[in-house]
Amino acid sequence: MRHVETAIENVRMRRLFSASTRFRVALLLFPAFVVIGGLFAGGLLLALVQSLGYFPSAGENAFTLAHYRELLTDQEFRASLRLTFALASVATIISATAGLALALLLREIARRNRLLNVLLQVPLAVPHLAMAVVLINVIAPSGLIARLAYSVGLITAPAEFPALISDRYGAGIIIAYVLKETPFIALMALAVLVRLGDEYELVARTLGASAWQRLRHVTLPLVAPAVVSASLVVFAFVFGAFETPFILGRPYPAMLPVVAQRRFMSVDLSERPDAIAIAVLIALIVTLLVWLYMRLARVLVGVEKPTIF
Amino acid sequence: MNETRRTSLERSAKNIAAAVTIGLAIIPLALLLMWSFARHWYWPALLPREYSVRAWEYIASPPAGVITALTMSIFVALCVTALALAVALPAARALALHQFRGKRALLFMLLLPVLAPSLASAMGVHALFLRYGLTDSVLGVVLVHLIPTVPYSTLMLTGSFANFDPDWEAQARTLGASPVKVWRHVTLPAIAPGLAVAAAFAFLISWSQYLTTLFIGGGRIITLPLTLVAFQRSGDEAITAALSLVFLAPTLLVFVIVARFLRNVE
Repeated sequence: MRHVETAIENVRMRRLFSASTRFRVALLLFPAFVVIGGLFAGGLLLALVQSLGYFPSAGENAFTLAHYRELLTDQEFRASLRLTFALASVATIISATAGLALALLLREIARRNRLLNVLLQVPLAVPHLAMAVVLINVIAPSGLIARLAYSVGLITAPAEFPALISDRYGAGIIIAYVLKETPFIALMALAVLVRLGDEYELVARTLGASAWQRLRHVTLPLVAPAVVSASLVVFAFVFGAFETPFILGRPYPAMLPVVAQRRFMSVDLSERPDAIAIAVLIALIVTLLVWLYMRLARVLVGVEKPTIF
Repeated sequence: MNETRRTSLERSAKNIAAAVTIGLAIIPLALLLMWSFARHWYWPALLPREYSVRAWEYIASPPAGVITALTMSIFVALCVTALALAVALPAARALALHQFRGKRALLFMLLLPVLAPSLASAMGVHALFLRYGLTDSVLGVVLVHLIPTVPYSTLMLTGSFANFDPDWEAQARTLGASPVKVWRHVTLPAIAPGLAVAAAFAFLISWSQYLTTLFIGGGRIITLPLTLVAFQRSGDEAITAALSLVFLAPTLLVFVIVARFLRNVE
């Protein structure tokens, strides 16, 4: 009998304990929940509601899909969507390739020199706005590169320099993102390379693998998961970021976030629901990519919590 | 023979990679510095012909409005940092030390605003703030800056708490330490490095916000990035360069501190 009583007492104690722990955890999380749930998720929800026709200040208060339907036939939106996908893809592919190459070349130095790791993070921390402003002075038709080209006789006037800012192909935007995101991919790949060491390659070497075979069949498969998941993050970021295309892009067609901002800030309030609909679409695509990233990071890298910078 | 050529080729490729890294970090700064002191730098001169302190004098003069914007930026960023850490610290502790239902969903919600800027939630928040009179106010701007900073600080501090053993606190309590003393002498020292990094990044994220400040501040609350864009649009390169350097100063300061800290560790 006594045993049973003790057992019951134990169970009751544990339940009590876990209830108090649960209360404690809830209390600890509450302030963050207010910010994330209230401001971030709440804002997202309000945006969705507004884009679906509840927008009293523009005289709308009934559910409608009109704003999304309008976007389908909106020439500016379609051109902008194509441009955004294209630029995000190109910037991601170049950054991923260059970042991986940089990581492979720097792996030995990075293992010895931690200062190099810090230097790699400098471009990461530089605000996009500052990067774009600096870049104008470098790649503009009368910028530093054009002057260097002139001094070696490649061009004779600024007009001969290829347009890289506010240009058709969004070259300036791509260059800015590549400069910012290459170090990011390199850092993610370096983290894996340094952690794994070179034992796998040494084993392959002992077994007679050539340098190319070691790279192709040993090193690349090891870093691929980190590079792929980092690339998803880069794509999502480029897709939804405003500052770089705002400074370096041309007005038409502009990238989606720029179009959304312009319509949102228009004096014509009736453009606002359209702007919000565009922003909601961006958010949907970005959310999907981040969700994929989390799954990939868990499946491929085998970590519960994906690393961020 | 072939082998030596390959190794020397390999070595030079590695040196180039290192040089690119250093160049990426340093060249933009050197350029900005030159530009900010350039008086005449017409095509096709590679270096400025004459130097002057005009741009710096101008941005230091009150009518330029830069000092007001700078003060506003610092004030907003400090408020945001304090609030973000106050919110993030308990949340990070819960995330690192406890298992609970919905943890993965919460991590996802934290990761979203960190990885991608959310135009949509800023627009939604604008409608909400409009109703409660928070638009065009400093408080509104501080609140909207919490959207990217709280998740970032939380994730960073979760990392610090992951290596933290709450039994240390229990031992201190058993020895009779008050909760304040436990926090001051046990918890704080254990998470101090992570806390410093989280604070620095919260400050930097708030500092570099452009669009959210524009939406919620409505052009009334002017921070440094807004001034920078205004001058960039006006086309004065020297002033834009000087302002960019001011804008970059906190970022660089953080890196100098981190680099020195690393050297001391080695």
